[in-house]
Amino acid sequence: MLHSGLSPIVKENSVPMLTSGIIVLSGGLLDPNPGLIFWTTITFFIVLFILKKFTWGPMLSALEEREKGIQDSIDRAYTAKEEAEEVLRKNKELLAKADSEAEKIIREGKEYGDKLRAEITEKAHSEASKMIASAKEEIEQEKRRALTELRTEVADLAVKGAEKIIMANLDAEKQKKIVDSMIQELSQNRN
Amino acid sequence: MKRFRALRTRDIVRIAVLIMPLLFGVGALAYAAPAQEPGAAAAHGEEEHGSAGDVIMHHLLDSNVMAFEPFGEFELPKIVVGGFDISITRHVLFMWIAAVILLLVFGYVGSKYKSIGNRQAPGGLANAMEALVEFIRLDVAKSNIGEGYEKHMPYLLTVFVFILVLNLLGLVPYGATATGNINVTLTLSVFTFLITQVSAIKAHGIKGYLAHLTAGTHWALWIIMIPIEVIGLFTKPFALTIRLFANMTAGHIVILSLIFISFIMKSYLVAIFLSVPFSIFIYLLEIFIAFLQAFIFTMLSALFIGLASSHESHEAEAAH
Repeated sequence: MLHSGLSPIVKENSVPMLTSGIIVLSGGLLDPNPGLIFWTTITFFIVLFILKKFTWGPMLSALEEREKGIQDSIDRAYTAKEEAEEVLRKNKELLAKADSEAEKIIREGKEYGDKLRAEITEKAHSEASKMIASAKEEIEQEKRRALTELRTEVADLAVKGAEKIIMANLDAEKQKKIVDSMIQELSQNRN
Repeated sequence: MKRFRALRTRDIVRIAVLIMPLLFGVGALAYAAPAQEPGAAAAHGEEEHGSAGDVIMHHLLDSNVMAFEPFGEFELPKIVVGGFDISITRHVLFMWIAAVILLLVFGYVGSKYKSIGNRQAPGGLANAMEALVEFIRLDVAKSNIGEGYEKHMPYLLTVFVFILVLNLLGLVPYGATATGNINVTLTLSVFTFLITQVSAIKAHGIKGYLAHLTAGTHWALWIIMIPIEVIGLFTKPFALTIRLFANMTAGHIVILSLIFISFIMKSYLVAIFLSVPFSIFIYLLEIFIAFLQAFIFTMLSALFIGLASSHESHEAEAAH
Protein backbone atom coordinates (compact mmCIF):
# COMPACT_ATOMS: atom_id res chain seq x y z
CA MET A 1 0.00 0.00 0.00
CA LEU A 2 2.40 2.65 -1.18
CA HIS A 3 -0.23 5.39 -1.48
CA SER A 4 -1.36 5.37 2.09
CA GLY A 5 1.92 6.77 3.40
CA LEU A 6 2.21 9.49 0.81
CA SER A 7 1.55 12.69 2.75
CA PRO A 8 3.61 12.17 5.92
CA ILE A 9 6.68 10.95 4.02
CA VAL A 10 6.67 13.82 1.58
CA LYS A 11 6.26 16.32 4.38
CA GLU A 12 9.04 14.89 6.43
CA ASN A 13 11.29 14.33 3.44
CA SER A 14 11.42 17.89 2.21
CA VAL A 15 13.76 19.08 4.94
CA PRO A 16 16.17 16.11 5.32
CA MET A 17 16.67 15.90 1.57
CA LEU A 18 17.91 19.46 1.58
CA THR A 19 20.23 18.79 4.49
CA SER A 20 21.63 15.74 2.73
CA GLY A 21 22.48 17.95 -0.22
CA ILE A 22 24.40 20.17 2.16
CA ILE A 23 26.18 17.10 3.53
CA VAL A 24 27.45 16.31 0.02
CA LEU A 25 28.87 19.79 -0.31
CA SER A 26 30.23 20.20 3.20
CA GLY A 27 32.17 16.98 3.29
CA GLY A 28 31.21 13.40 3.71
CA LEU A 29 32.37 12.38 0.28
CA LEU A 30 35.48 14.52 0.48
CA ASP A 31 36.33 13.79 4.13
CA PRO A 32 39.97 12.89 4.64
CA ASN A 33 40.44 9.57 6.39
CA PRO A 34 44.03 8.80 7.40
CA GLY A 35 43.12 5.26 8.42
CA LEU A 36 41.85 4.45 4.95
CA ILE A 37 44.93 5.99 3.34
CA PHE A 38 47.08 3.89 5.63
CA TRP A 39 45.24 0.68 4.82
CA THR A 40 45.15 1.46 1.10
CA THR A 41 48.92 1.89 1.11
CA ILE A 42 49.51 -1.32 3.05
CA THR A 43 47.07 -3.38 0.99
CA PHE A 44 48.30 -2.04 -2.32
CA PHE A 45 51.94 -2.68 -1.50
CA ILE A 46 51.28 -6.20 -0.26
CA VAL A 47 49.35 -6.97 -3.44
CA LEU A 48 52.02 -5.30 -5.55
CA PHE A 49 54.89 -7.25 -4.04
CA ILE A 50 53.19 -10.62 -3.98
CA LEU A 51 51.92 -10.28 -7.54
CA LYS A 52 55.28 -8.96 -8.74
CA LYS A 53 57.04 -11.96 -7.28
CA PHE A 54 54.58 -14.68 -8.21
CA THR A 55 52.75 -13.46 -11.29
CA TRP A 56 54.09 -10.47 -13.18
CA GLY A 57 57.66 -11.76 -13.13
CA PRO A 58 56.96 -15.18 -14.66
CA MET A 59 54.27 -13.82 -16.97
CA LEU A 60 56.32 -10.98 -18.38
CA SER A 61 59.40 -13.10 -18.81
CA ALA A 62 57.31 -15.76 -20.54
CA LEU A 63 55.81 -13.13 -22.83
CA GLU A 64 59.20 -11.69 -23.63
CA GLU A 65 60.66 -15.11 -24.25
CA ARG A 66 57.79 -15.98 -26.53
CA GLU A 67 58.19 -12.69 -28.38
CA LYS A 68 61.87 -13.42 -28.83
CA GLY A 69 61.09 -16.98 -29.92
CA ILE A 70 58.62 -15.76 -32.52
CA GLN A 71 61.12 -13.22 -33.81
CA ASP A 72 63.76 -15.92 -34.00
CA SER A 73 61.41 -18.20 -35.88
CA ILE A 74 60.60 -15.45 -38.35
CA ASP A 75 64.28 -14.70 -38.83
CA ARG A 76 65.03 -18.37 -39.31
CA ALA A 77 62.21 -18.71 -41.81
CA TYR A 78 63.58 -15.78 -43.78
CA THR A 79 67.09 -17.22 -43.87
CA ALA A 80 65.70 -20.58 -44.91
CA LYS A 81 63.73 -18.90 -47.67
CA GLU A 82 66.78 -17.06 -48.88
CA GLU A 83 68.79 -20.25 -48.84
CA ALA A 84 66.11 -22.07 -50.75
CA GLU A 85 65.99 -19.30 -53.32
CA GLU A 86 69.76 -19.50 -53.68
CA VAL A 87 69.57 -23.24 -54.20
CA LEU A 88 66.76 -22.81 -56.71
CA ARG A 89 68.76 -20.22 -58.59
CA LYS A 90 71.77 -22.55 -58.67
CA ASN A 91 69.63 -25.41 -59.84
CA LYS A 92 68.20 -23.31 -62.62
CA GLU A 93 71.66 -22.28 -63.65
CA LEU A 94 72.82 -25.89 -63.65
CA LEU A 95 69.79 -26.95 -65.61
CA ALA A 96 70.37 -24.25 -68.22
CA LYS A 97 73.99 -25.25 -68.44
CA ALA A 98 73.09 -28.90 -68.82
CA ASP A 99 70.54 -27.99 -71.47
CA SER A 100 73.02 -26.04 -73.54
CA GLU A 101 75.58 -28.79 -73.11
CA ALA A 102 73.14 -31.39 -74.29
CA GLU A 103 72.23 -29.26 -77.26
CA LYS A 104 75.87 -28.84 -78.09
CA ILE A 105 76.46 -32.55 -77.84
CA ILE A 106 73.51 -33.30 -80.06
CA ARG A 107 74.61 -30.72 -82.57
CA GLU A 108 78.13 -32.09 -82.62
CA GLY A 109 76.82 -35.61 -82.95
CA LYS A 110 74.63 -34.59 -85.82
CA GLU A 111 77.49 -32.84 -87.55
CA TYR A 112 79.72 -35.82 -87.03
CA GLY A 113 77.05 -38.15 -88.31
CA ASP A 114 76.48 -36.00 -91.36
CA LYS A 115 80.16 -35.90 -92.05
CA LEU A 116 80.49 -39.60 -91.56
CA ARG A 117 77.55 -40.31 -93.83
CA ALA A 118 78.97 -38.08 -96.53
CA GLU A 119 82.33 -39.73 -96.21
CA ILE A 120 80.91 -43.21 -96.33
CA THR A 121 78.72 -42.39 -99.29
CA GLU A 122 81.62 -40.88 -101.13
CA LYS A 123 83.81 -43.81 -100.33
CA ALA A 124 81.13 -46.21 -101.46
CA HIS A 125 80.65 -44.23 -104.62
CA SER A 126 84.35 -44.23 -105.43
CA GLU A 127 84.62 -47.88 -104.56
CA ALA A 128 81.72 -48.73 -106.76
CA SER A 129 83.06 -46.71 -109.64
CA LYS A 130 86.45 -48.32 -109.10
CA MET A 131 84.85 -51.75 -109.15
CA ILE A 132 82.86 -50.89 -112.21
CA ALA A 133 86.01 -49.68 -113.90
CA SER A 134 87.96 -52.78 -113.02
CA ALA A 135 85.05 -54.97 -114.13
CA LYS A 136 84.92 -53.15 -117.42
CA GLU A 137 88.63 -53.59 -117.86
CA GLU A 138 88.35 -57.24 -117.08
CA ILE A 139 85.52 -57.64 -119.53
CA GLU A 140 87.61 -55.88 -122.14
CA GLN A 141 90.57 -58.13 -121.43
CA GLU A 142 88.39 -61.23 -121.60
CA LYS A 143 86.92 -60.05 -124.86
CA ARG A 144 90.36 -59.39 -126.26
CA ARG A 145 91.59 -62.75 -125.08
CA ALA A 146 88.50 -64.46 -126.54
CA LEU A 147 89.06 -62.74 -129.89
CA THR A 148 92.70 -63.77 -129.96
CA GLU A 149 91.68 -67.29 -129.16
CA LEU A 150 88.99 -67.21 -131.74
CA ARG A 151 91.45 -65.97 -134.30
CA THR A 152 93.88 -68.84 -133.62
CA GLU A 153 91.03 -71.27 -133.63
CA VAL A 154 89.74 -69.94 -136.89
CA ALA A 155 93.22 -70.15 -138.33
CA ASP A 156 93.51 -73.70 -137.14
CA LEU A 157 90.12 -74.53 -138.55
CA ALA A 158 91.07 -72.96 -141.82
CA VAL A 159 94.26 -74.93 -141.89
CA LYS A 160 92.38 -78.12 -141.13
CA GLY A 161 89.74 -77.30 -143.75
CA ALA A 162 92.44 -76.59 -146.20
CA GLU A 163 94.14 -79.78 -145.33
CA LYS A 164 90.94 -81.70 -145.97
CA ILE A 165 90.30 -79.95 -149.20
CA ILE A 166 93.81 -80.51 -150.25
CA MET A 167 93.49 -84.10 -149.34
CA ALA A 168 90.29 -84.30 -151.40
CA ASN A 169 91.40 -82.61 -154.61
CA LEU A 170 95.00 -82.11 -154.99
CA ASP A 171 94.90 -79.39 -157.47
CA ALA A 172 97.50 -77.13 -156.28
CA GLU A 173 96.69 -74.23 -158.45
CA LYS A 174 93.04 -74.29 -157.74
CA GLN A 175 93.54 -74.80 -154.03
CA LYS A 176 95.83 -71.95 -153.79
CA LYS A 177 93.28 -69.75 -155.38
CA ILE A 178 90.58 -70.94 -153.08
CA VAL A 179 92.69 -70.44 -149.94
CA ASP A 180 93.59 -67.00 -151.02
CA SER A 181 90.06 -66.00 -151.56
CA MET A 182 89.04 -67.53 -148.28
CA ILE A 183 91.64 -65.66 -146.35
CA GLN A 184 90.56 -62.58 -148.14
CA GLU A 185 87.05 -63.23 -147.10
CA LEU A 186 87.99 -63.88 -143.47
CA SER A 187 89.92 -60.74 -143.15
CA GLN A 188 86.97 -58.86 -144.64
CA ASN A 189 84.59 -60.46 -142.21
CA ARG A 190 86.71 -59.67 -139.23
CA ASN A 191 86.71 -56.06 -140.01
CA MET B 1 20.62 -31.81 -25.61
CA LYS B 2 23.88 -30.34 -24.46
CA ARG B 3 23.29 -27.33 -26.60
CA PHE B 4 19.85 -26.85 -25.18
CA ARG B 5 21.27 -26.97 -21.69
CA ALA B 6 23.96 -24.45 -22.62
CA LEU B 7 21.26 -22.18 -23.98
CA ARG B 8 19.32 -22.47 -20.78
CA THR B 9 22.37 -21.68 -18.65
CA ARG B 10 22.93 -18.63 -20.77
CA ASP B 11 19.38 -17.49 -20.25
CA ILE B 12 19.69 -17.96 -16.51
CA VAL B 13 22.88 -15.94 -16.52
CA ARG B 14 21.11 -13.24 -18.49
CA ILE B 15 18.25 -13.08 -16.06
CA ALA B 16 20.68 -13.02 -13.14
CA VAL B 17 22.52 -10.13 -14.76
CA LEU B 18 19.29 -8.22 -15.11
CA ILE B 19 18.30 -8.89 -11.53
CA MET B 20 21.71 -7.87 -10.20
CA PRO B 21 21.08 -4.12 -10.40
CA LEU B 22 17.86 -4.58 -8.50
CA LEU B 23 19.65 -6.43 -5.74
CA PHE B 24 22.16 -3.65 -5.85
CA GLY B 25 19.42 -1.24 -4.89
CA VAL B 26 18.34 -3.44 -2.05
CA GLY B 27 19.29 -0.68 0.36
CA ALA B 28 16.33 1.19 -0.97
CA LEU B 29 14.06 -1.37 0.67
CA ALA B 30 14.97 0.20 3.96
CA TYR B 31 13.53 3.39 2.66
CA ALA B 32 10.45 1.65 1.33
CA ALA B 33 9.76 -0.07 4.63
CA PRO B 34 8.23 2.92 6.44
CA ALA B 35 6.03 3.62 3.43
CA GLN B 36 4.47 0.19 3.74
CA GLU B 37 3.70 0.68 7.39
CA PRO B 38 2.19 4.09 7.72
CA GLY B 39 1.56 5.86 10.94
CA ALA B 40 3.78 5.23 13.92
CA ALA B 41 6.24 3.10 11.99
CA ALA B 42 6.82 5.88 9.48
CA ALA B 43 8.26 8.20 12.07
CA HIS B 44 10.39 5.39 13.41
CA GLY B 45 11.69 4.63 9.89
CA GLU B 46 12.53 8.25 9.34
CA GLU B 47 14.68 8.36 12.41
CA GLU B 48 16.50 5.21 11.47
CA HIS B 49 17.14 5.66 7.77
CA GLY B 50 16.61 9.30 6.97
CA SER B 51 15.71 10.59 3.53
CA ALA B 52 16.56 9.20 0.11
CA GLY B 53 19.64 11.43 -0.05
CA ASP B 54 20.83 10.10 3.30
CA VAL B 55 20.37 6.51 2.16
CA ILE B 56 22.37 7.23 -0.96
CA MET B 57 25.09 8.92 1.06
CA HIS B 58 25.04 6.03 3.50
CA HIS B 59 25.60 3.69 0.57
CA LEU B 60 28.48 5.72 -0.82
CA LEU B 61 30.29 6.70 2.35
CA ASP B 62 32.65 4.61 4.34
CA SER B 63 31.37 3.24 7.65
CA ASN B 64 32.15 0.81 10.40
CA VAL B 65 29.09 -1.28 9.67
CA MET B 66 28.69 -4.08 7.15
CA ALA B 67 24.99 -4.02 6.41
CA PHE B 68 23.24 -6.98 4.79
CA GLU B 69 19.69 -5.70 4.77
CA PRO B 70 17.24 -7.15 5.36
CA PHE B 71 19.24 -9.93 6.96
CA GLY B 72 21.11 -7.83 9.48
CA GLU B 73 24.45 -6.16 9.95
CA PHE B 74 27.65 -6.46 11.93
CA GLU B 75 30.09 -3.92 13.24
CA LEU B 76 33.71 -3.85 12.18
CA PRO B 77 36.46 -3.41 14.78
CA LYS B 78 37.65 0.07 15.65
CA ILE B 79 41.40 0.46 15.98
CA VAL B 80 43.06 3.63 17.20
CA VAL B 81 46.86 3.74 17.29
CA GLY B 82 48.65 6.82 18.63
CA GLY B 83 45.66 9.07 18.10
CA PHE B 84 45.16 7.87 14.53
CA ASP B 85 41.96 6.10 13.70
CA ILE B 86 43.00 3.10 11.59
CA SER B 87 39.85 1.09 12.14
CA ILE B 88 38.83 -1.56 9.63
CA THR B 89 36.04 0.12 7.70
CA ARG B 90 33.76 -1.15 4.94
CA HIS B 91 36.08 0.11 2.23
CA VAL B 92 39.13 -1.40 3.89
CA LEU B 93 37.31 -4.70 4.04
CA PHE B 94 36.42 -4.49 0.34
CA MET B 95 40.01 -3.65 -0.50
CA TRP B 96 41.04 -6.79 1.31
CA ILE B 97 38.42 -8.81 -0.53
CA ALA B 98 39.80 -7.39 -3.77
CA ALA B 99 43.33 -8.24 -2.64
CA VAL B 100 42.30 -11.82 -1.84
CA ILE B 101 40.56 -12.19 -5.22
CA LEU B 102 43.62 -10.82 -6.99
CA LEU B 103 46.02 -13.01 -5.07
CA LEU B 104 43.92 -16.11 -5.75
CA VAL B 105 43.38 -15.44 -9.44
CA PHE B 106 46.86 -14.21 -10.25
CA GLY B 107 48.56 -16.62 -7.89
CA TYR B 108 46.91 -19.39 -9.87
CA VAL B 109 47.88 -17.77 -13.17
CA GLY B 110 51.46 -17.24 -11.99
CA SER B 111 51.77 -20.85 -10.89
CA LYS B 112 50.44 -21.93 -14.31
CA TYR B 113 53.17 -19.90 -15.97
CA LYS B 114 55.79 -21.50 -13.78
CA SER B 115 54.53 -24.99 -14.52
CA ILE B 116 54.13 -24.74 -18.27
CA GLY B 117 57.21 -24.78 -20.41
CA ASN B 118 58.41 -22.21 -22.85
CA ARG B 119 56.99 -24.10 -25.78
CA GLN B 120 53.53 -24.62 -24.32
CA ALA B 121 50.73 -22.17 -24.88
CA PRO B 122 48.79 -21.12 -21.79
CA GLY B 123 45.12 -22.00 -21.70
CA GLY B 124 41.98 -20.98 -19.89
CA LEU B 125 42.32 -18.35 -17.19
CA ALA B 126 46.05 -17.93 -17.76
CA ASN B 127 45.39 -17.21 -21.41
CA ALA B 128 42.66 -14.67 -20.60
CA MET B 129 44.89 -12.87 -18.12
CA GLU B 130 47.72 -12.96 -20.61
CA ALA B 131 45.61 -11.00 -23.07
CA LEU B 132 45.09 -8.38 -20.38
CA VAL B 133 48.75 -8.27 -19.43
CA GLU B 134 49.78 -8.10 -23.07
CA PHE B 135 47.36 -5.23 -23.62
CA ILE B 136 48.81 -3.25 -20.71
CA ARG B 137 52.32 -4.12 -21.80
CA LEU B 138 52.06 -3.11 -25.44
CA ASP B 139 49.26 -0.55 -25.72
CA VAL B 140 49.68 1.18 -22.39
CA ALA B 141 53.27 0.84 -21.19
CA LYS B 142 55.33 0.37 -24.34
CA SER B 143 53.55 2.98 -26.42
CA ASN B 144 53.51 5.64 -23.67
CA ILE B 145 56.71 5.10 -21.72
CA GLY B 146 58.86 3.74 -24.49
CA GLU B 147 62.32 2.59 -23.50
CA GLY B 148 62.68 1.22 -19.99
CA TYR B 149 58.98 0.47 -19.65
CA GLU B 150 59.74 -2.95 -18.16
CA LYS B 151 60.51 -1.68 -14.69
CA HIS B 152 57.16 0.13 -14.46
CA MET B 153 55.17 -2.90 -15.59
CA PRO B 154 54.49 -4.42 -12.13
CA TYR B 155 53.10 -1.13 -10.83
CA LEU B 156 50.92 -0.48 -13.86
CA LEU B 157 49.55 -4.01 -13.94
CA THR B 158 48.84 -4.06 -10.22
CA VAL B 159 47.17 -0.66 -10.25
CA PHE B 160 45.03 -1.74 -13.21
CA VAL B 161 43.76 -4.99 -11.76
CA PHE B 162 43.40 -3.50 -8.26
CA ILE B 163 41.24 -0.62 -9.46
CA LEU B 164 39.31 -2.91 -11.80
CA VAL B 165 38.40 -5.38 -9.07
CA LEU B 166 37.51 -2.58 -6.63
CA ASN B 167 35.28 -0.98 -9.26
CA LEU B 168 33.56 -4.27 -10.02
CA LEU B 169 33.09 -5.11 -6.33
CA GLY B 170 31.00 -1.95 -6.08
CA LEU B 171 28.57 -3.47 -8.57
CA VAL B 172 28.04 -6.66 -6.56
CA PRO B 173 24.99 -6.71 -4.28
CA TYR B 174 25.90 -5.53 -0.79
CA GLY B 175 29.19 -4.37 -2.23
CA ALA B 176 30.91 -1.05 -1.71
CA THR B 177 33.12 0.85 -4.10
CA ALA B 178 36.40 1.62 -2.41
CA THR B 179 37.47 3.54 -5.52
CA GLY B 180 34.47 5.78 -4.90
CA ASN B 181 36.24 6.98 -1.79
CA ILE B 182 38.54 9.92 -2.41
CA ASN B 183 41.11 8.71 0.12
CA VAL B 184 41.71 5.52 -1.83
CA THR B 185 42.03 7.24 -5.20
CA LEU B 186 44.23 9.91 -3.63
CA THR B 187 46.60 7.28 -2.27
CA LEU B 188 46.81 5.53 -5.63
CA SER B 189 47.48 8.75 -7.51
CA VAL B 190 50.13 9.74 -4.97
CA PHE B 191 51.91 6.50 -5.90
CA THR B 192 51.77 7.51 -9.54
CA PHE B 193 52.98 11.00 -8.61
CA LEU B 194 55.94 9.63 -6.66
CA ILE B 195 56.90 7.21 -9.43
CA THR B 196 56.62 10.03 -11.97
CA GLN B 197 58.88 12.33 -9.95
CA VAL B 198 61.43 9.59 -9.20
CA SER B 199 61.66 8.59 -12.84
CA ALA B 200 61.95 12.24 -13.89
CA ILE B 201 64.83 12.76 -11.47
CA LYS B 202 66.44 9.51 -12.62
CA ALA B 203 66.13 10.51 -16.26
CA HIS B 204 67.42 14.09 -15.99
CA GLY B 205 69.25 14.29 -12.67
CA ILE B 206 68.42 16.73 -9.89
CA LYS B 207 69.72 19.64 -11.96
CA GLY B 208 67.66 18.77 -14.98
CA TYR B 209 64.63 18.20 -12.81
CA LEU B 210 64.95 21.66 -11.25
CA ALA B 211 65.69 23.20 -14.62
CA HIS B 212 62.47 21.71 -15.88
CA LEU B 213 60.59 23.65 -13.20
CA THR B 214 61.77 26.91 -14.84
CA ALA B 215 60.56 25.64 -18.21
CA GLY B 216 63.75 27.04 -19.79
CA THR B 217 62.66 30.67 -19.56
CA HIS B 218 64.61 33.77 -18.63
CA TRP B 219 65.34 34.09 -14.88
CA ALA B 220 63.16 37.18 -14.62
CA LEU B 221 60.16 35.04 -15.44
CA TRP B 222 60.97 32.41 -12.84
CA ILE B 223 58.78 34.05 -10.26
CA ILE B 224 55.81 33.25 -12.49
CA MET B 225 57.03 30.05 -14.13
CA ILE B 226 58.08 28.12 -11.05
CA PRO B 227 54.71 28.34 -9.28
CA ILE B 228 52.95 27.44 -12.52
CA GLU B 229 55.17 24.42 -13.10
CA VAL B 230 54.82 23.30 -9.48
CA ILE B 231 51.05 23.59 -9.74
CA GLY B 232 51.32 21.68 -13.02
CA LEU B 233 53.10 18.86 -11.20
CA PHE B 234 50.25 18.53 -8.73
CA THR B 235 47.34 18.89 -11.13
CA LYS B 236 48.11 15.56 -12.74
CA PRO B 237 47.64 13.39 -9.63
CA PHE B 238 44.78 15.65 -8.56
CA ALA B 239 43.02 15.00 -11.86
CA LEU B 240 43.63 11.27 -11.48
CA THR B 241 42.18 11.35 -7.98
CA ILE B 242 39.05 13.26 -8.88
CA ARG B 243 38.43 11.43 -12.16
CA LEU B 244 38.30 7.96 -10.66
CA PHE B 245 36.49 9.03 -7.49
CA ALA B 246 33.86 11.10 -9.30
CA ASN B 247 33.20 8.48 -11.96
CA MET B 248 32.64 5.72 -9.48
CA THR B 249 30.55 7.88 -7.15
CA ALA B 250 28.44 9.41 -9.88
CA GLY B 251 27.41 6.05 -11.34
CA HIS B 252 26.19 4.85 -7.98
CA ILE B 253 24.34 8.07 -7.27
CA VAL B 254 22.60 7.83 -10.63
CA ILE B 255 21.52 4.21 -10.14
CA LEU B 256 20.28 4.82 -6.60
CA SER B 257 18.51 8.03 -7.60
CA LEU B 258 16.71 6.22 -10.41
CA ILE B 259 15.55 3.55 -7.99
CA PHE B 260 14.49 6.15 -5.44
CA ILE B 261 12.38 7.97 -7.98
CA SER B 262 9.85 5.14 -7.80
CA PHE B 263 9.81 5.30 -4.00
CA ILE B 264 9.43 9.05 -3.95
CA MET B 265 6.70 9.02 -6.62
CA LYS B 266 5.12 5.97 -4.95
CA SER B 267 4.08 4.51 -8.26
CA TYR B 268 4.50 1.06 -9.73
CA LEU B 269 4.30 2.53 -13.21
CA VAL B 270 7.33 4.70 -12.58
CA ALA B 271 9.14 1.70 -11.19
CA ILE B 272 8.37 -0.50 -14.20
CA PHE B 273 8.87 2.03 -16.97
CA LEU B 274 11.50 4.34 -15.54
CA SER B 275 13.43 3.13 -12.52
CA VAL B 276 14.07 -0.48 -13.44
CA PRO B 277 14.98 -0.16 -17.13
CA PHE B 278 17.06 2.94 -16.62
CA SER B 279 18.90 1.61 -13.61
CA ILE B 280 19.66 -1.59 -15.53
CA PHE B 281 20.99 0.50 -18.38
CA ILE B 282 23.15 2.58 -16.05
CA TYR B 283 24.29 -0.57 -14.29
CA LEU B 284 25.50 -2.08 -17.55
CA LEU B 285 27.14 1.23 -18.37
CA GLU B 286 28.81 1.08 -14.97
CA ILE B 287 30.38 -2.28 -15.84
CA PHE B 288 31.89 -0.66 -18.88
CA ILE B 289 32.99 2.35 -16.83
CA ALA B 290 34.62 0.07 -14.27
CA PHE B 291 36.90 -1.23 -17.02
CA LEU B 292 37.28 2.15 -18.65
CA GLN B 293 38.31 3.99 -15.50
CA ALA B 294 40.80 1.30 -14.50
CA PHE B 295 42.26 1.56 -18.00
CA ILE B 296 42.32 5.36 -17.94
CA PHE B 297 44.05 5.49 -14.59
CA THR B 298 46.71 3.07 -15.81
CA MET B 299 46.99 4.79 -19.17
CA LEU B 300 47.44 8.24 -17.65
CA SER B 301 49.92 6.91 -15.10
CA ALA B 302 51.96 5.45 -17.95
CA LEU B 303 51.60 8.67 -19.92
CA PHE B 304 52.80 10.83 -17.01
CA ILE B 305 55.74 8.53 -16.37
CA GLY B 306 56.58 8.60 -20.07
CA LEU B 307 56.32 12.39 -20.23
CA ALA B 308 58.46 12.86 -17.15
CA SER B 309 61.21 10.49 -18.23
CA SER B 310 61.54 11.13 -21.94
CA HIS B 311 59.93 14.39 -23.05
CA GLU B 312 62.69 16.61 -21.69
CA SER B 313 65.53 14.60 -23.19
CA HIS B 314 63.94 14.88 -26.63
CA GLU B 315 63.81 18.64 -26.22
CA ALA B 316 67.42 18.68 -25.12
CA GLU B 317 68.41 16.60 -28.12
CA ALA B 318 66.53 18.93 -30.42
CA ALA B 319 68.26 21.94 -28.88
CA HIS B 320 71.76 20.56 -29.45
